[in-house]
Parts: sequence; structure tokens; C-alpha cells
Amino acid sequence: MEEDRHIPQKADSLLDVDRTFRDRVAYTGRFLWRDWGGMIGLVLFLVVVLAAVLAPVISPYDPLEQHLQDSKMPPPWEEGGSWAHPFGTDPLGRDMFSRVIHGARVSLTVGFFGVLIAGSIGMVIGAIAGYFGGQIDSVIMGGVNLVLSLPYLLFVVFIAAILGRSLLNVILIFGITDAPIFARTTRGEVLRIRESAYVESAVCAGARWGRIVFDHILPNLIGSLVTLGTFEMSRMIFYEAGLGFLGLSVPPSVPSWGNMLSSGRQYLSSYPWIATFPGLAIVFTSLGMNLLGDWLRDVLDPRLRRSRR
Amino acid sequence: MSQNTVLEVRNLVTRFDTLEGVVNAVNGVSFDLKEGETLAIVGESGSGKTVTMLSLVGLVPSPPGKVEGGEVFLTGLGERRDLLGMSPRELRDVRGGEIGFVFQDPMSSLNPVLTIGEQIVETLMRHLAMSREQARDRTLRLLAQVGLPDPEQRYRSHPHQFSGGMRQRVMIAIAVACTPDIVIADEPTTALDVTVQAQIVDLFKRLRDELGVAVIWITHDLGVVAGLAERVLVMYGGRVAEIAPVDDLYENPQHPYTIGLLGAIPRLHERDTRRLASIPGTPPDLLIPVEHCPFAWRCDYVTDRCWKEVPELVEVDDGHQVACFCNLERGRPHNGRR
Amino acid sequence: MVGDEVVVRVKDLKKYFPARAGLLGRQRGPVKAVDGVSFDIRRGETLGLVGESGCGKTTTGRSILHLVRPTSGEVMLEGQTLGNLDPEGLRRLRPKMQMIFQDPYASLNPRHSVGKIIGEPLVIHGVTGGRELAARVSELLELVGMDPAYARRFPHEFSGGQRQRIGIARALSLNPSFIVCDEPVSSLDVSIQAQVVNLMQDLQQQLGVAYLFIAHDLSMVKHISHRIAVMYLGRIVELTDRNTLFEDPLHPYTQSLGSAVPIPDPKLERRRQRFILEGEPPSPVNPPSGCVFHPRCPLSVDVCTTRVPELREVRPGHYVACHLVDEKGSSKIGTEPVPVPTTQ
Repeated sequence: MEEDRHIPQKADSLLDVDRTFRDRVAYTGRFLWRDWGGMIGLVLFLVVVLAAVLAPVISPYDPLEQHLQDSKMPPPWEEGGSWAHPFGTDPLGRDMFSRVIHGARVSLTVGFFGVLIAGSIGMVIGAIAGYFGGQIDSVIMGGVNLVLSLPYLLFVVFIAAILGRSLLNVILIFGITDAPIFARTTRGEVLRIRESAYVESAVCAGARWGRIVFDHILPNLIGSLVTLGTFEMSRMIFYEAGLGFLGLSVPPSVPSWGNMLSSGRQYLSSYPWIATFPGLAIVFTSLGMNLLGDWLRDVLDPRLRRSRR
Repeated sequence: MSQNTVLEVRNLVTRFDTLEGVVNAVNGVSFDLKEGETLAIVGESGSGKTVTMLSLVGLVPSPPGKVEGGEVFLTGLGERRDLLGMSPRELRDVRGGEIGFVFQDPMSSLNPVLTIGEQIVETLMRHLAMSREQARDRTLRLLAQVGLPDPEQRYRSHPHQFSGGMRQRVMIAIAVACTPDIVIADEPTTALDVTVQAQIVDLFKRLRDELGVAVIWITHDLGVVAGLAERVLVMYGGRVAEIAPVDDLYENPQHPYTIGLLGAIPRLHERDTRRLASIPGTPPDLLIPVEHCPFAWRCDYVTDRCWKEVPELVEVDDGHQVACFCNLERGRPHNGRR
Repeated sequence: MVGDEVVVRVKDLKKYFPARAGLLGRQRGPVKAVDGVSFDIRRGETLGLVGESGCGKTTTGRSILHLVRPTSGEVMLEGQTLGNLDPEGLRRLRPKMQMIFQDPYASLNPRHSVGKIIGEPLVIHGVTGGRELAARVSELLELVGMDPAYARRFPHEFSGGQRQRIGIARALSLNPSFIVCDEPVSSLDVSIQAQVVNLMQDLQQQLGVAYLFIAHDLSMVKHISHRIAVMYLGRIVELTDRNTLFEDPLHPYTQSLGSAVPIPDPKLERRRQRFILEGEPPSPVNPPSGCVFHPRCPLSVDVCTTRVPELREVRPGHYVACHLVDEKGSSKIGTEPVPVPTTQ
């Protein structure tokens, strides 16, 4: 794999071997290739992201456009299907393929902004608890554990019922209910990093607390938070679909996977494709993000990167 | 001392296939171990000393590791058995049977939920087919033999109730429990304080003489080796740099690396401190495939030939072998404090 | 060159940690990690601090630098008493006192480039900035024998010895007069240890910095130190110049330490009379009464079990804490502590 690399005679370690951009790409490629799970995760994730971003371009129809004459058309490999509607159509004759693609937009929006809000809130309160410790820590972690001990889904359903159905409300619900998870991880990481020798070294150099927090502690916990964020995003997409299925997520007119599942449920025995394709979309997205998270955990840890004794 | 060989290692090659590339950990190591002798394998990080030992008995984690070549023969009791060709089951019988182990960190090899007594009894029942009562008697004798006071009570203790030195004594008891031919000790005293280290080294010497067991002592510490080993094997970059009887090695080192290493250690008994001889550069990077002397980068006596060929071990004196061209071409390197 | 001026004066330094035990965290007696340590270090001098694990030598170093606040006692750096300073005053004094850490893998922030790591103290104290900063970082890298081009690299790309050089360059960036070196070479390979120790000695010659060299490797401590203090369970038991400490040790513990250190000379090792101490150091949670060494001491008498021996100057510059030592000398534990070299 590397025979063509020129190694100068005076190089006693690879430190002296100039690494080109190609080498770095090749290294990352190897990292991905060995961990085929990460590779699959990345591909699945990219497919979903591309679908969401390019939805208006790649979807053959408007997701809300009704072709009543083609209502309940099966996918092309079934009798009566046509490649005009690769995933078939729903009872209102809307193209399922276009709807699934647009559903990715809803799911990713909820996942992304949900994690952003949960991560921001969690990181700040977790960092405060971890860095200052003592009474502040006890109070904050008490609150965090209280929220975490509530039956999650029941709690979400309750809030959703009060606030009503809108995309913003769903994002806010997930952002707030998930913040404790981020707070707990952040606190643990801050406690670990605060005791590290490089923080002590910064104290020795005369660093004030701002520098210690923003220059030393935060950059070193970003990695684990990104990993956690990936898992949590996958979980939010999952729960959003669940809420949609219960009729508590975005309004029924919005093509979200949960709504599609919900409306496809009654046709499950006679027209199974209506619920199957959004269901598969959820499964693949969730699987892809979990695989990606596992891979990110390894990649984002600088200690696991090339190190020599 | 009898001169029967108990272990023969020929051209051992072990590699690790990692994300970074292929790590050439052991690149053709050969040596013999005689009955009852103590052979020290000395080397720094990346020398391949630990991987060599793990390769002998099938303990290289695989993947990513793989023993890619060579032969290892266990030649005690008149038989000649190929260790590398053994099934995992046969190897398990050899480990803890004919070959005992003592590792640097005893905590990682002791089971925290079993008592010390149970762990030794289990080994004895498995390898020597003893009854529980026989095994228990022997365990108590072993615990006394390795210098643990009050064996009855120690028998019922768990590993966490022991101090570092006492845990290492337990490890030694387990290693010699089945009267092995060979005990392999990997940095057994590195984690210990100097007074405890002296106790353990003493215990090793006593057991070696009492039991007549051959010892492979893997270490980076040339100080401990001087008082313990009969022969010393110096490794560098996954190859043998020099093998010599212990006196010869310290008085008349031949390989530039050995000379550098001996010059680099401070000596407690010297009144005036000289400047330490330092070997320039960094430890070998095993990711670079080397088709020449692995020490060439750091060597003061390097010649063109050193960059073109791998030096073979050459006998320079009785039992003293060196892998260096310097000896052949320009006489031996200057042995002195640089 | 060792000057006459005292740079650091430590007086009766104590650091106790609260010890909790059991599920309910009942308060037990404090762990006396450092229990009354006093010494001076002069300009350009290296004081070695040796002892076995758990003897409190690392805590001593950290308490001197006030990385942990001492429980009591006084530390004076160039005439300034650190205990009287508020956090900001202490922070301003940090350039004068630095630390070299044991683990060169953990003490460098993995997300910062080498240039940023070495330049950080300079930036904090506003010494330099911009292009001047880059020049100073290059200068420091050269000072520790590294290629200035490495400033853009990250710690994980370097070997242990190189990382320790980076740590040294960082410690030197503000021209300190005193550096605590906490086991700076114990995690390095033998050949690399020599490089780093030589570098530290050269830098001391060049810059006149004083070192507190904390280590468990007696040979190395003897090699680099001018004077050596031996610690046992939070206390200094003997303090004198390096040759006297091993040629005429007065405390039984020092004698046994010298006797236990292996010497890389097979012939000498064979004819060496050894005294091997039994047992292991007791836990500082529950230290023995009287002289903390008495349970392991082969010479201990009644008074040792009841009275704590003071550290006394029994000969000029030779301090010992042992009841059995008087001005005439001491009892020996029956061993030649460090043998005479065979040939020199």
C-alpha cells in the first residue's frame, strides 16, 4: 500500500517524512476502509443528507401533489406498478418516493436543531457543574437526574399535547428534554480534563480560568460531544417518527416519516408499501448514524491517532 | 551446569497489521535457552522484546498481530516440540505448565473475584491433575516458598488485599507452581519500588537455584541484569544486536548500541559524575520497513554498508555474538566513554 | 555553578488531605502526605528529592508551587512568601517558578500545536506577540535541540523524549529561576533519559536555574543533584550532599536504599554485601507511631516507637532525622552501602 513512499535515509521516524495531502487522504481512507461499519454509516448518512438538501431537485413530483387516478399504485415490481412511481403512491395518489425524500428534511431538521439546542444547553450547565463543583454541582446534577428519571416518552407526549403540533415545538421539546444527557457527559469530561496534566501545566503558566475553560477544556471535550450528538440525533429522528405515528409531531400535512407511517398503518395489510418505505428510511437513517457515531468516537480521539513511544 | 537446551528460537518474525501500516515488531530473532540458565533480554521501547516473548507462546493478539515466520522448539525432556505449530489447546497446556509467566502488572493477570488460593489451586488441578487437597497443600507450601508470611491467611485473601510486591510474589508462585522448565518474566520489577525490587530479584535468584528453572528476564534495566543474568541478549528494532555472557557484555561490549546504552546509565558507585553518553535520535519507528542495520540512524560508526545490508550475528568471542559490520571492517568500535 | 543566594526556602511545609472511608464517607484522620518538610535551594542548584511511591515527594513539589494549597508551612521564592499572595498575585509570580511533568504524553494539550504549547506562557504574561512570539518559540525549540519547523506539528506526532523536550522548552519560556521536575525522565527510554538529563544540566549551566529534581531512581538523582533529600512517609529523613549521602549515609533507611540499588557491573554485584529491607512502606492513612520508619528498621529501639525524631544538622550540611545518630556518627545496618568501583 505504501511502497511508493519515499523515505529519506536520514529519517529515523516518520516525523521526518513529509506527509502530503494525498498521504493524509490515504490514511483517512484506510481508517474508513478497515472499519467497514463506519464506511456504511457514512454512506447512509450522506445519502440521507443529500436527499434532504436536494429534495426539490431529485424528487420527481411535489410531495403534496395528488394523482388521484394513480391512487394506491404499488411499486414497479408488483403487478400494476410503474417506474413513474418507484415507491408507489398513497391513497391520495401522492408519490411515495418524493414524500420519503422530503421526509428526510423534516427528520434531519428535527435531529440537527434538537441536538444543537440540547448540546448548547447541556454543555453550558454541565461545564459549570464540572468546573466549579461543590454546591453548584450538587444542585445542577440533582436537577439533571430528576429530569432523566422522568419517563421520557410520557413526558414528551405530555409537553407535545400542551404545546401543540409544529416543527418548532418538536425541536424545542427534544432540545430541552435531551439537554440533561449532554450535561451529564460534559460534566464527566470536564472533571476528567480538569485533573489532566496539561490543565495543571496551564495553571503553572499562569492561565486564568477563561483560558483554561475555552482553550484547554472545551476543545478536548468537543470530540466526545460530537459522538454523543450523533447518537442523540439518531435517537431524536427515531422519536420524532414515534411522535408522528402517535399524531403528536408536525401537522399531518407535512410529509414526515412518522406521519407517513401513521397514515400507512391502516393500509398495512392491503397496501403495505405505504408504511414500508418510510419505515425503511427510518431504519437506515438510524442505523447509519449509529455506525457513524461509533466510527467518530475512534476518529475524534486524538489519543488514538498516530502516536509513537 | 548442564548444557542441555530447553528452548530454541529460530528466525522469529512477527508483524502487526495496523491502520498506520505494517508494524515490523520482530524481524528475525534467534536464540537458545539452556537448562537452568538466566537469559536477560534487554531492549528499549520498540525493540521487540515483549512481542518476541508473546510470539513464543502464542499470546500475540491476533488480529492485528501475526507470527509470520520462524521456528520455536521446546526441547525439554528429550522431546522436540514445535510451539508455533501447536493448537491453541496444546499451547494453553504449555503456558502455565512447561512455561511459567510473570508480568509487569500482576493485577491484570490475577482474577480479582477469586481468592489467591483458588487461583493457584485451579492452575495445579488443571496442569498437574492434582486432587483439591493435594493442590491445597502444595499451594500453601508455594506461598511460604515465595516468602509470603502467614500462608493460611493469604490463601483466603483476594488480590486487592495485597501490596504490589506481594502480588508479584503471588505471580511468581503461580509461575513456578507446575515446576516449569522455563519462567518468562516480563519487566517483573519495573513497577516496584527499589527496596521491593531488591526483594523480588532476591526471591527469583533463590527459586532459580532451588528449582533449577531457566529464566528469560525481559527488561530495560541494565542494573538489575548485572546481578541476575548469566547471559544477556540486547535487542534493537526487532533484531538481536548482541548476545554475550554477562561479564563479557559489561566489560567488553561490541555493538555500538550496547556501548551507548551502558554509557547512558548513571552509576551510583562512581564519585565524580561524568557526562552521560547519550545516543542521538529517537527509538526505532517500526513502521518503516528496514532493509539495513536498524541502528544505522543513530550510530556513530555508520558506514555505507550499514545502509545496504542487514548485519548478521557474528561470533567474536566464546559465546559472544554481535550483529555489526564495524567489527569486520574497521576493527571493533571504540569502547569508551564518548 | 551553584550560587550562594537562596532561591527557594521551604519551611515546615505540610499538606494533609481529608481521608474518607466507607459508603457514608465518614471522616477519618487526615492523610499526612507531606508532614513538615523544610529545605533551601540556591541559585543554579539541583536538590534531589527521592523516596518510594507514596512518600509524598510529588505532593511536596506541587505544594511548593501552590498548585495545591499547602495546609501549613511557608514557601518563599526569591524572598516572596507565596502563602500571603492572593490568586492574582500568585499568578503574576508563576513565571518565576515552573514545572516539568512526569508524563510527557499527558502534559501537552493534544489539540494544540507545539508552537502554541511553548508560546502559551509568553502570551499569558503578555511578554511577546505576533512575529516576535514565533521567533521566541523557534529560539526555545533550538535551545532544547529541536527543529524550529516542528512548531506547526502536534504532540501526538512526537516520541516521548521529544515531547519531554517540548515540555522543557515551555517551562523555560519565561526564564524561571526555579523549576520543579517531577520524575522528568522516568517514563523515557534509557538512551533518551541521558539526552534529556544532559539537556537539563546544560540548561542549568547556561541559565542558572534551580531544580527540585523529584525521582525514585537513585542513580539518576545522584547523577544530576548537588544535594539530595530522602523522603519517607511525608518526612525528610536525611539531607546532605550527593556523595556523602551514598558514601556515609547515617539514616538506616538511606543505607538500605543505597544497598538496594542495582549497579550495572556484574562482578561488583556478585561481591556486594546487601541489606534488603523487609516489607513495604506503610500507608500514609495510618502511619506508625514515633519514627515512621521504625517497623521496618533493623536497629529500632524503644524510643523510636514513641518519639518522632527531628531533622537535625549532625554535621555541617548533613541533616538526619534518627534517634540513633549523634555527632560522632551512627549505627550501620551491617552493609557496605555503596561498593567501591572495581577499576576506574
